[in-house]
Amino acid sequence: MGNAMPLVCWFEEVNKDSVPLVGGKCSSLGELINAGVRVPPGFALTTHGYAQFMRDAGIQSEVNGLLDGLDHQDMDKLEDASRTIREMIESRPISIELEDLIAESYRKLSVRSCIPAVPVAVRSSATAEDLPGASFAGQQDTYLWVRGVDSVMHHVRRCISSLYTGRAIAYRMKMGFPHEQVAISVGIQKMANSFTAGVMFTIHPTNGDRSVIVIDSNFGFGESVVSGEVTPDHFVVNKVALDILERTISNKTVAYTVDRKEQKSIATEVPFERQNVQSIIDDEITELAWMGKQIEKHYGRPMDIEWAIDKDLPAGGNIFILQARPETIWSDKPKAPATSAATSAMDYIVSSLIAGKRLS
Amino acid sequence: MKFPVPHDVKAATIPGTEGWERMYPYQYQFVTDDPERNKYEKESFWFYDGLHYPEPLYPFDTIWDEAWFLALSQFNNRIFQVPPVRGVDHRMINGYVYISPVPVKDGAEIGSRVPNFMERAGYYYKNWDALEAKWKVKMEATIKELEDLKISPLPDLEDISVVNDAVGESKGYHLIKNYDDLINLGIKCWQYHFEFLNLGYAAYVFFMDFTQKLFPSIPLQRITQMISGIDVIMYKPDDELKELAKKAVALGVDQAVAGNRDWVAVKAAVEKLPKGAEWLAAFEKARYPWFNISTGTGWFHTDRSWNDTLDIPLSGIQTYIGKIKAGVSIDRPVEAVRAERDRITAEYRALITNEADLKQFDELLGCAKTVFPYVENHLFYVEHWFHSVFWNKMREVAAILKDHGMIKEIEDVWYLRRDEIKQALWDVVTAWATGVTPRGTFTWPPEIEWRKGVMEKFRQWSAPPAIGIAPEVIQEPFTIVLWGVTNKSLADWASVQDAGDPDKITELKGFAGSPGIVEGRARVCRSAQDIRDLLEGEILVAPTTSPSWAPAFAKIKACVTDVGGVMSHAAIVCREYGMPAVVGTGHSTKVIKTGMMLRVDGSSGAITITR
Repeated sequence: MGNAMPLVCWFEEVNKDSVPLVGGKCSSLGELINAGVRVPPGFALTTHGYAQFMRDAGIQSEVNGLLDGLDHQDMDKLEDASRTIREMIESRPISIELEDLIAESYRKLSVRSCIPAVPVAVRSSATAEDLPGASFAGQQDTYLWVRGVDSVMHHVRRCISSLYTGRAIAYRMKMGFPHEQVAISVGIQKMANSFTAGVMFTIHPTNGDRSVIVIDSNFGFGESVVSGEVTPDHFVVNKVALDILERTISNKTVAYTVDRKEQKSIATEVPFERQNVQSIIDDEITELAWMGKQIEKHYGRPMDIEWAIDKDLPAGGNIFILQARPETIWSDKPKAPATSAATSAMDYIVSSLIAGKRLS
Repeated sequence: MKFPVPHDVKAATIPGTEGWERMYPYQYQFVTDDPERNKYEKESFWFYDGLHYPEPLYPFDTIWDEAWFLALSQFNNRIFQVPPVRGVDHRMINGYVYISPVPVKDGAEIGSRVPNFMERAGYYYKNWDALEAKWKVKMEATIKELEDLKISPLPDLEDISVVNDAVGESKGYHLIKNYDDLINLGIKCWQYHFEFLNLGYAAYVFFMDFTQKLFPSIPLQRITQMISGIDVIMYKPDDELKELAKKAVALGVDQAVAGNRDWVAVKAAVEKLPKGAEWLAAFEKARYPWFNISTGTGWFHTDRSWNDTLDIPLSGIQTYIGKIKAGVSIDRPVEAVRAERDRITAEYRALITNEADLKQFDELLGCAKTVFPYVENHLFYVEHWFHSVFWNKMREVAAILKDHGMIKEIEDVWYLRRDEIKQALWDVVTAWATGVTPRGTFTWPPEIEWRKGVMEKFRQWSAPPAIGIAPEVIQEPFTIVLWGVTNKSLADWASVQDAGDPDKITELKGFAGSPGIVEGRARVCRSAQDIRDLLEGEILVAPTTSPSWAPAFAKIKACVTDVGGVMSHAAIVCREYGMPAVVGTGHSTKVIKTGMMLRVDGSSGAITITR
């Protein structure tokens, strides 16, 4: 990067060490892109950009004033303050310099995508994953199918304002963390026009088996799977050989798609005749699992991955990774060894014979 | 788990079969007159060995069941002393064999058996390769003895040499003696069969077991893949056919070889060609021993060998000639198989995060690889080579019984127990010596007719998968392997039986034998004879396959079998060819008809009939 403190930067310019600059989500996308993983292109308003915004808007002192003397346990008052602050942030114009930078990047993204006013997902990307308030905000704020500069600006502000939800404020107050020191980044990423999307674990979420990849999928955007709104199709893939070991096709009633008139993401009913149809084809499952395997290899640990399959692109280049983070439930648990102490084959056979095999 | 009481199952005699018990050894019966034995039988767990015996046993064919009853139990209990288990007991209901491992119930006794087992089994594991080499020598000597055994007809007048050489023995005595020798060689061969087998199974089972502990979702086929690519002689017969195909092309006799389905006609045509004699000599050379390969499992007299039916290997040679002409390689992809084995093993190893687990895995994998060749190779020596020769020697005995009017057809001999045959031979030789008519000419033919009817009724009966009281754990290696396969299969098969009308079934379940999914047209081949009808790209549906079916795999794109587990021939060969297999489906050959469209998923073990 030419500028040591860029206000805006492309995903490919950052990597896993860029969390202070672009937050966890965006830095992870940069890391993936640089590892050769197919990720929809995009850019981030950096934490410097955020600081610049707050400075230009000149609201930090106002914000502090509103929060001064509040009790972190008085949620009603905090919510009131939160509403005022968020309205303030969302209504203040972004400085021309910042607006120009974001608009220019958005234009370039549209050119790169060969789509005028390319639809994007706007997401907050928190810098302090260990701050539950911050990560809370980060999880909350995802805006799908945002089109046009004005709308992008608007949703960037909404992401920024998510730093001041009642719960985030309360948490910082309780922890004695100064509000002016928190920072947030916002990612603006080309939307995959997903026919199918979902999540993938490179470890079995129920038994911790590292030799499988588990994929959940539904039609449309991945939100229906992530939020748990539908029972998705479920596949267990052998990580070593990449063949499908189990497949469960569910009755999928709801999917998120684009309302073409309104140009926004909406929940719709899946047409009856498609509800019980497998939402991802076998070849895609194999390719996706292969990608999951590469990502795990890159990070050196089991991963939790969001993905989408773009309906506008041909097979072989249409599967995208939207998010990848380390799996924590099993990976952080010390794995109980299958054997107490390694013995000779003979000793193992004798002790196993004596233990016997349960009838099932 | 509680299953039906054995004695209740037996008591419900199929009408018209009353008295069937006399067709089998008396100790195979569940009893009610001996309270102590009755109690033991009721409290034990018996399961139907459907993997080995898909059909009721002919009285004579019971010989191999008795042979392994003795052999397995003695090695377990009297030779190696497997700590927690004695032998495996056998019973029979309506011609179906039930087996039951006999546990050592006293903990102290189990403990006292451990040092013996460690010493004795340890000796075998440690010296496996050297002992296996010895085994091969013993086995080949036994087979040689069998091949040299002469079953001669009884002459009206003994040859003059009997007088001149002062032999002092008659052909009548020789017949009795040679029949005894024949039977004893069979029993001996099965002694050897189990010398290594249970130790091999134990190494195998616990390697699988450990790997499944590490990776709960690992398919069994992937575990077996880690032991694939090791040279085993079961491929040899097929390799011989490939060589003969290459040679036919090289010598320019391929058109004549491929010109007719009938071996006699082909032979006549090839003989006329300038280099025909050279090819025929190579063919004859390949036959011994490699065409002593059974077209079935070899367990039953109905399983004929390539040598018995030369049209079958001929059709294999013809398939390969076709491939060579089309410029397709017919060599087994051994290098690719080994590379894939090594890749898979390395990737799974890399997923083991714990040092102790890694060491244990390596130990057990090494042991499984050591035992693998025996676990495969014994089949060729015993079930294929020995048995194929043995059944034909028995047919020579039967021919003599037929000559003397004891049985109507040679193939009637299988309806007699082997001790009944001995009695019948005594009847024959004494009557022959004396110059009178054997008593059996009057008694055996109607008895055999009756037995044929009984067997027919037995075939209609469906044997309950298990009877008696199940223990919590099974500790006998052979039983673990067998029950593991049997239990799951029987559950899947039962669901098909419940479905009733086979024409309405659209889904079949079996073991995921070899991964991948294909769709294609079914070709049902009930015997090796049928495989010559296979067309390129069809899906083979067979009761089971054996090495003698190998040429079929060059034509098909998937395989489905009724019987077998992930270590069955069909599964192993399909993995080598990289095509899907679903094995042990129970009913495929009954449900699926030639020409039906199938979707075979060898990764999940599902077959969909799209019709």
